[in-house]
Amino acid sequence: MQEIKDMVCPFCGCLCDDVTLEIDGDRIVSTDNCCTIGNAKFLGKHRLKNPIKKVNGKWVDITYDEAVDTAVDILLDADRPLLFGWSGTHGEAQCVGVHMNEILGGVIDSTTSVCHGPSILAIQEVGHPGCTLGQVKNRADLIIYWGCNPIEAHPRHMSRYTTYADGYFLDNAFRNRKVIVVDVRETETANVADEFIRIKPGGDYAVLSSLRAIIRGKGDMIPDSVAGVSRTQLMQVAEMCRTCSFGALFFGVGLTMAKGKYKNIRNAIELVDDLNRHTKFTLTPMRGHWNVYGANEVFSWMTGYPFAVDFCRGVAFYNPGETSAVDVLARKECDACMVIASDPGAHFPRACVEQMRDIPLIVIDPFQSLTTPLADLQIPAAVTGIDAEGTAYRMDGIPIKVKKAMDSDYPSDTEILTRIYDRMLEVKGL
Amino acid sequence: MKTLLIKNAFVIDPVQKISGEMMDIAVRDGKIVDDVKNPDQVIDAEGMLTLPGGIDSHTHICGTKVNFGRYMSPEDMRAGRTSRKGDMHATSGYSVPTTYGNSYRYSRMGYTTLLEGAMAPMEARHTHEEFRYTPMQDCLANTLFDGNWFALEAIQDKDIKRLAGILAWYLSAAKGFGVKLTNPGGTEAWGFGQDISCIHKPIPRFGITPREIIVRMIEANEMLNLPHSVHLHCNNLGKPGNYMCTLDTYNAIPDLNDKRQSLYSTHVQFHSYGGTSWNDFCSKADDIARSVNDKPQIVIDTGQVMFGKTTTMTADGPMEFNLYRLYHNKWSNHDVEMETGSGVIPVHYRKKNLVNAIMWSIGLELALLVDNPWQCILATDNPNGAPFVKYPEVMALLMSKEYREKEFATLHKSTGRRVALPAIDRELTWDEIAVMTRSAQARALGIIDYGKGHLAEGAEADIAIYPIHVDTTDPAHDYERIINGFSTTEYTIKRGEVVCRRGTCTLEGNHSTYWVKPHVSPAYDMSTDTAFIDGFNKYYSMRIGNYPVGDEYIGRNVCIETEASI
Repeated sequence: MQEIKDMVCPFCGCLCDDVTLEIDGDRIVSTDNCCTIGNAKFLGKHRLKNPIKKVNGKWVDITYDEAVDTAVDILLDADRPLLFGWSGTHGEAQCVGVHMNEILGGVIDSTTSVCHGPSILAIQEVGHPGCTLGQVKNRADLIIYWGCNPIEAHPRHMSRYTTYADGYFLDNAFRNRKVIVVDVRETETANVADEFIRIKPGGDYAVLSSLRAIIRGKGDMIPDSVAGVSRTQLMQVAEMCRTCSFGALFFGVGLTMAKGKYKNIRNAIELVDDLNRHTKFTLTPMRGHWNVYGANEVFSWMTGYPFAVDFCRGVAFYNPGETSAVDVLARKECDACMVIASDPGAHFPRACVEQMRDIPLIVIDPFQSLTTPLADLQIPAAVTGIDAEGTAYRMDGIPIKVKKAMDSDYPSDTEILTRIYDRMLEVKGL
Repeated sequence: MKTLLIKNAFVIDPVQKISGEMMDIAVRDGKIVDDVKNPDQVIDAEGMLTLPGGIDSHTHICGTKVNFGRYMSPEDMRAGRTSRKGDMHATSGYSVPTTYGNSYRYSRMGYTTLLEGAMAPMEARHTHEEFRYTPMQDCLANTLFDGNWFALEAIQDKDIKRLAGILAWYLSAAKGFGVKLTNPGGTEAWGFGQDISCIHKPIPRFGITPREIIVRMIEANEMLNLPHSVHLHCNNLGKPGNYMCTLDTYNAIPDLNDKRQSLYSTHVQFHSYGGTSWNDFCSKADDIARSVNDKPQIVIDTGQVMFGKTTTMTADGPMEFNLYRLYHNKWSNHDVEMETGSGVIPVHYRKKNLVNAIMWSIGLELALLVDNPWQCILATDNPNGAPFVKYPEVMALLMSKEYREKEFATLHKSTGRRVALPAIDRELTWDEIAVMTRSAQARALGIIDYGKGHLAEGAEADIAIYPIHVDTTDPAHDYERIINGFSTTEYTIKRGEVVCRRGTCTLEGNHSTYWVKPHVSPAYDMSTDTAFIDGFNKYYSMRIGNYPVGDEYIGRNVCIETEASI
């Protein structure tokens, strides 16, 4: 039995790096410091043993060499391929993906376009006053969770970085901090908050605007109730925000995907901007996949755009809503697709799933997922954080090396993609 | 054994005191040698101006805030797109290009070594990841210490040796090159939304002054025998009247190293402002230049502003917020726990804006009023003052009074009353330009001994051949030829291989990362210091074991090991 400390959890955007694993032979038998979701990932079973290919409607086992050749054929035959996913793999693999897409002239997109894409659109309009999570841990005396439920989706967020975390400038962090939760339903997180603002679905924009009006001294314009929130409560919350020493607003897809979408986020950023005229306030998106932020970073330094990048003109072109995965699929524009490290079959709209079913589809993933039945080829990879290593970016932009706990025969995503890319260059004579 | 012979080169190499000699340059295995027999490749330079490869000792090309500049600015990305061609990957961006964009464009201008000006050690991994995709230049990264709590506590305790030990640990962990201070104390104050004024008042919560931080850091830097000096972005950037603060700072700087400066003062244009508000804003470049002329321990870079759109990015978080409140475009801020902060905002410098016109003049005045070109480096603090592609225009402005006057006539009409530029007749020579764009950088960074910035035997064969014939080009009048000539080399040679020919990069490139590893005695080795380790694990949001950047992030690796005197 072997114990490894300070491992990095490859589940959510928290990227907790204090996990202890106990290993027996080639198996992780227990975890310590992990949340239940991370624990389930580390102890996950049922990995695909080898690449599989659909022949006459039936899955047959093939070798990695055959799998690479098949993938190259599919992608090079396509006029408008889509390379989608990337949020559950390491940065080095994402870099190969971008190079590959440059050769293919296809669209490369990550799960961002269906989670925090609107946050990025808002940031591109008005910017992003943010900070690292340790800054919140050490300084913040006011935390706001808006449209997110960390207790269930990011289970260690509150204990590592916010509510329950010891901080340099807080003697008694738990008692010295105030937590405000804004949501349309009373979540587990709302139950532990000092203040819960329950808004009517679709009311986020109005509530944000009201808070901004109060902060700017126009509180007398606010009606008795805004989207189900009383004026008294809005005044009280605005005062809490204005008078704290360091406030941190975290928001999730409950805000990005609610009515108003990126305009909600823009309003939230501008609220934080207003508050910075009175105190210190920051804002951080609660990123879901462990390296979805990394995909944004890699795509930015290699193509100039954080997601939904279209190379069909030879240059990088970006127009979310046109070049994002859902749109390319729903318009039935895309004629081949490679899905890596994500499960769009479980999350995409029906029209997109139908299109994935109807075109050649390659899946690179260690596990079978709801995308597998739609695919023509699945190539199993090593799991970063278990039997592969690589770079990931935490939700606050901190790059962390995700380590491996053991060796295996599975190739990593980088190895698989590099083989496909090299073969593509060979076939194209480049 | 790959060999190259460059024939008939018109060489200016200030380090070797070569001032315009027709020479042949021989290269073997990436190094300059005395001679080669039967060379594998011969280049006839046809008397063209041949210089050591350009070095930018202060630029922002890779790392978290640079990438955030890209992330938040699709409009900038659309402004500079190229498709894949030969060995060149697709690029995007004008003021904050993609890594390949930066690399190819610098290579086109003959630049072979770049120093990323500000890297938060906690985010160093990111900078090194981007370096990997900047293939045509050797890269170095200055490491931010301005708000480092461990360092501030050591200064509080007046324990300079411990301070040096802390710098050593972080530099090795981040694989950084030099010590960078940005608005020392001010970025820590910004952690709670405050700033500080100049260098004499104690900073909040730590009770030490910025002056103490600067001077103690310089002392600790020298204890570690680092190749480069402390690299300082002074306090009060961009505020009218800040020249007094800059002079105060310069007066505090000790002279501790006879091989190079003790202080590299960066983007001094932004720190040479007179007046009490934007209403009576004026140039004080004269006072600053006089101070630099008196102090051999100080080297400055100009931080030249050029007109047009760009993106500002700095670890000076409070300054960026102030700038945002002037511009009202968009504002990004990113404070890094226990270390530093940063901000990014786009700006547009306009000729008809009086303040911008004065800023443009101040940069040129500094370059023309500092007597010794070895003490004044030409830089725009890319992209803060302007994108680096403007360098050839800056060179032409410095070499031609006629061009300056022509440009000056297009500025806000009140500019002349606030600046001294029209009264300055100096026109810089070819030699002075060569010093200010490569040799002075190499000396200031302390990398001459590592074969950078010159063409002596044994040097790295980083060479730029410009399509300029010095004997038939009068820079005072032929400024268009200066701009065109310096914009695109005939050949850029990196480590003995042609990497760029008339603007087309011909190789994938394989750069090196230079970083320093100071060796300290066990008493000051922070990796075994319990107080340091405990404090680290308690207050950082990352475990200390996961913090250092591993060797796998660096391809060709040049580790400069130093013996510290502690």
